[in-house]
Amino acid sequence: MSQAVLETETAPSAHMDLLRFATAGSVDDGKSTLIGRLLFDTKTIFADQLEAVEAVSAARGDEYTNLALLTDGLRAEREQGITIDVAYRYFATPRRKFIIADTPGHIQYTRNMVTGASTADLALILVDARKGLVEQSRRHAFLTSLLRVPHLVLCVNKMDLVDWDKSVYDKIADEFTSFAAKLDVPDLTIIPISALNGDNVASRSENSPWYEGPSLLHHLEHVHIASDRNLVDVRFPVQYVIRPQSTTVTDYRGYAGQVASGVLKPGDEVMVLPSGLTSTIAGIDTADGPVDEAFPPMSVTVRLTDEIDISRGDLICRPHNAPAVAQDVEAMICWMDESAPLRVGGKYTIKHTTRTARTVVRGLQYRLDVNTLHRDEDAGELRLNEIGRVTLRTTVPLLADEYRRNRTTGGFILIDEGTNRTVAAGMIIEAR
Amino acid sequence: MSQTKPYRVSHLDALEAESIFVMREVMAEFERPVLLFSGGKDSIVMLRLAEKAFAPARIPFPVMHVDTGHNFAEVLDFRDSRVAAMGLNLVVASVQEAIDTGLVRELPDGTRNRIQTPVLLNAVEKYRFDALFGGARRDEEKARAKERMFSFRDEFGQWDPKNQRPELWALYNGRHHPGESIRVFPLSNWTELDVWHYIAREQIPLPDIYYAHDREVVERDGMFYAVNEFIRLREGETSQVRRVRYRTVGDASQTAAVLSDADTVEKVIDEVAATRITERGATRGDDKVSEAAMEDRKREGYF
Repeated sequence: MSQAVLETETAPSAHMDLLRFATAGSVDDGKSTLIGRLLFDTKTIFADQLEAVEAVSAARGDEYTNLALLTDGLRAEREQGITIDVAYRYFATPRRKFIIADTPGHIQYTRNMVTGASTADLALILVDARKGLVEQSRRHAFLTSLLRVPHLVLCVNKMDLVDWDKSVYDKIADEFTSFAAKLDVPDLTIIPISALNGDNVASRSENSPWYEGPSLLHHLEHVHIASDRNLVDVRFPVQYVIRPQSTTVTDYRGYAGQVASGVLKPGDEVMVLPSGLTSTIAGIDTADGPVDEAFPPMSVTVRLTDEIDISRGDLICRPHNAPAVAQDVEAMICWMDESAPLRVGGKYTIKHTTRTARTVVRGLQYRLDVNTLHRDEDAGELRLNEIGRVTLRTTVPLLADEYRRNRTTGGFILIDEGTNRTVAAGMIIEAR
Repeated sequence: MSQTKPYRVSHLDALEAESIFVMREVMAEFERPVLLFSGGKDSIVMLRLAEKAFAPARIPFPVMHVDTGHNFAEVLDFRDSRVAAMGLNLVVASVQEAIDTGLVRELPDGTRNRIQTPVLLNAVEKYRFDALFGGARRDEEKARAKERMFSFRDEFGQWDPKNQRPELWALYNGRHHPGESIRVFPLSNWTELDVWHYIAREQIPLPDIYYAHDREVVERDGMFYAVNEFIRLREGETSQVRRVRYRTVGDASQTAAVLSDADTVEKVIDEVAATRITERGATRGDDKVSEAAMEDRKREGYF
């Protein structure tokens, strides 16, 4: 196997930024091979890992070093040749550190794709050039848009097996582009590759002179993610109240949390929800000293000038830009539990930012067929991996935004009160 | 936090912010958290993050060391001096004591990695810990790549990889029944290189054995083990003094050193960036048993 030459050869430094991406594909379209290839070409795979994979490959009688074995770690996965669970992978180039959420494409694992996409800046979907778009490609694209992943990359893989025929690529690209147009995908890039041979993965391939775009790695390194963050709406969910019980620090009361969106500065007038009381930021502290401003994803401790009663689950925002204080929530739900379906009237624990409440399902408007986008308004329940629109009523108000405007204050999970399992992911459409 | 451009955060800042968030979530939602502290570099970094998460208050939970009795003296000294300096409450779960009282039996080969799991679980039960911070990272080993940030364990401390809770956004589900617990891995998304960059940036002191020094070692299966009270020369083996350092610090009878001239944190970073072998692959006899050695131990309740 030849080692591709990276465009820059310096080692990863302490000053990279971070890009999280999720990969999805069906069982045989070479996703694990592509990830193995990215790790290999960025010199992330270590000699002992490669040796182990080579040995297992040889023992299984594979004709080439099966890079998929690098990512399929669990015993059952190796035995069945499938990926069961979301696996997290890491690699870095001098520009960026990458976290891959590698999600299985197998039909029953929609929940893993939703899980991986929930934190992703970018989603990477693979299709086999010989087969073109399949049901799963459309489903993955839909889930990417449902989870509001800002950037989407379609890799048309196994181009070597269609002799790098431009017309094959064009047909898939056109079809996918027109499908994506219906989905509200903000940024789409399509790249012809051969994961097995490394074409257009770490560097541009001579096999595709007709393709003028970047290699996959170049795109991952350069895609602009800084402005994906919401720096407009100040949302600071209070996580924990810091009140030192010590003789050296007295009268300290700070509200610890991670900035969900917006920029906070000392002197800013703020409002605390759900009470609606207003105050002013006295200071923003970190263990390394006070800071002049705080923005996502910083974890800081905010002090206010007034003594008001604030506890975990409350939210600090600006008086003229506040989320809804709402007990009635319209949301899209992805059901993730195999033991019991979601039913109207069901009661669950809801976790939304740092706030936990109870909720009852008031209504199920429709179940969405993720392949055809058809809405089944007669559906009475949602089963594992099904998606639908529901109405919820909560015991205490949530401090919520629309998910499309804010992925942190617009997302929630439902927890089964008996089993404690996480049974659903929810994306708020409207809160009132 | 260091900033290069307005509203930009480096990957180290992003990782730090995420780890601090996770630690605060645990403190807010659990009754009795504990941080596993071995004196190894990952647990030392965790301790620094805990310090940052709750400043200016002190770290609001105890630390626990599962002590196999096979320790590097430098690491134990380091553990004790850190605990004293930070005013922490240290719980020691001793494997030797468990052997003496009959809770576990010494294995024929004298290794204690496997028998530390019941000792850990026993301490969890005794002190009723409901959340245990561990310094494991997903880049260490392929079974760990599928581990959650909040990893649910049943009343036997067991991990079931096929029955894990989906983890969405930063919404961690720590719900559990009495007797069950959650293992929490704040360093999940860090790599070995990230840890070293952070140690350099934060000027975090480490036990000396992480840096190159001369040591009497014996070569076994291509790995260099220190000759000491736990590892004695077998027939036909000869020892030699080599310049080495440790990449991981575990049970002293199971952890090997690597040949190295890296005697400063900067040199270690250069070495780690250039190295071609994983840290566990290079230094841990305990992971070499089978293809799924780590998965099996995790299922039994190991970290």
